[in-house]
Amino acid sequence: MSGALLYALTGGVLFAMGLAGMILQKHLLRRILAFNILGSGSFLALIGLGQRGGPPDPVPQAMVLTGIVVAVCATALALALARRLLSLTGTMSLPGDEDVTD
Amino acid sequence: MIPGSIKRAGRVLALGLSLGLALLLGWAMFDLPPAEIRLPEQVAARLAETGVSHPVTAVLLDFRSYDTLLEVGVLLLAVIGVLATRAEVRDGVEPAPEPVLLALARVTVPLMVVVAGYLLWAGAHRPGGAFQAGAVLAASGVLLRLAGRLPAWATPGFTMRLGLAVGLLIFLIVAAGVMVGGVTLLDYPSDLAGGLILLIEAGLAVSIGLTLAGLFLSAPAPGANREDAS
Repeated sequence: MSGALLYALTGGVLFAMGLAGMILQKHLLRRILAFNILGSGSFLALIGLGQRGGPPDPVPQAMVLTGIVVAVCATALALALARRLLSLTGTMSLPGDEDVTD
Repeated sequence: MIPGSIKRAGRVLALGLSLGLALLLGWAMFDLPPAEIRLPEQVAARLAETGVSHPVTAVLLDFRSYDTLLEVGVLLLAVIGVLATRAEVRDGVEPAPEPVLLALARVTVPLMVVVAGYLLWAGAHRPGGAFQAGAVLAASGVLLRLAGRLPAWATPGFTMRLGLAVGLLIFLIVAAGVMVGGVTLLDYPSDLAGGLILLIEAGLAVSIGLTLAGLFLSAPAPGANREDAS
């Protein structure tokens, strides 16, 4: 097994962990963290698979660079929305879940 | 109210499905045949037309520049969204600046600006470019904020808003401007491509730096944590 494939497999595991976190966690901060783990997993898988056959492929590298910046912005927007939700309703969970106040 | 046993069963189901997905992904990666299309060779073959010699920069700003253009749009939208959701905040007491952080900022921030300029220039022929330069600029902004040298952003003024948008504006002007020469959107002429890419990257570095710093700076000061719910 090559090192590149190991990165890709780790990415797959991180993706599944992030997905499980997004389903199971009710606290919005934890969900945002899980979303980031999920995204990092897909980036790692793309980079790993992009260099299986020898030299690194610049196309997935550029895609991941784009993706990282978008993920940072999406995270910041999600945090701002969660903060607003906390100030308006006093809870850090979505309607329908149990209230999380801290 | 959902009984505890059903809830527990749902949790086990979600965990099992995620584990199954991980195994499926791993199996698919092991089984993946080598790619039919050799993208690295295609990039290398046409690298000379782009005016830059680093393949990642060439992909980002020439071959797939449409993605980058839309990405900068997403960045601008995100910072507008963050500023729009920022509630009215009563004036809080700014915490006293940390002397250690202040000294650190004095030493490192000028260096970081130089590093950002170098990364921007180096992007043409080695790893670097607008994103890395913008990230370093943003980090210096965050450091200045933590050291108490920058106020929280309540409403950015005209210059700041222009700085946030300048990357997208330059990119759009260049993207549409080349159409005057009778080519399609974003198809830079080969002899000008290097200069145009550097121009776009310079605008992008400023905008990305301001946007990423702004996402942090628009959070209210720690002393001003009571937001009006109205």
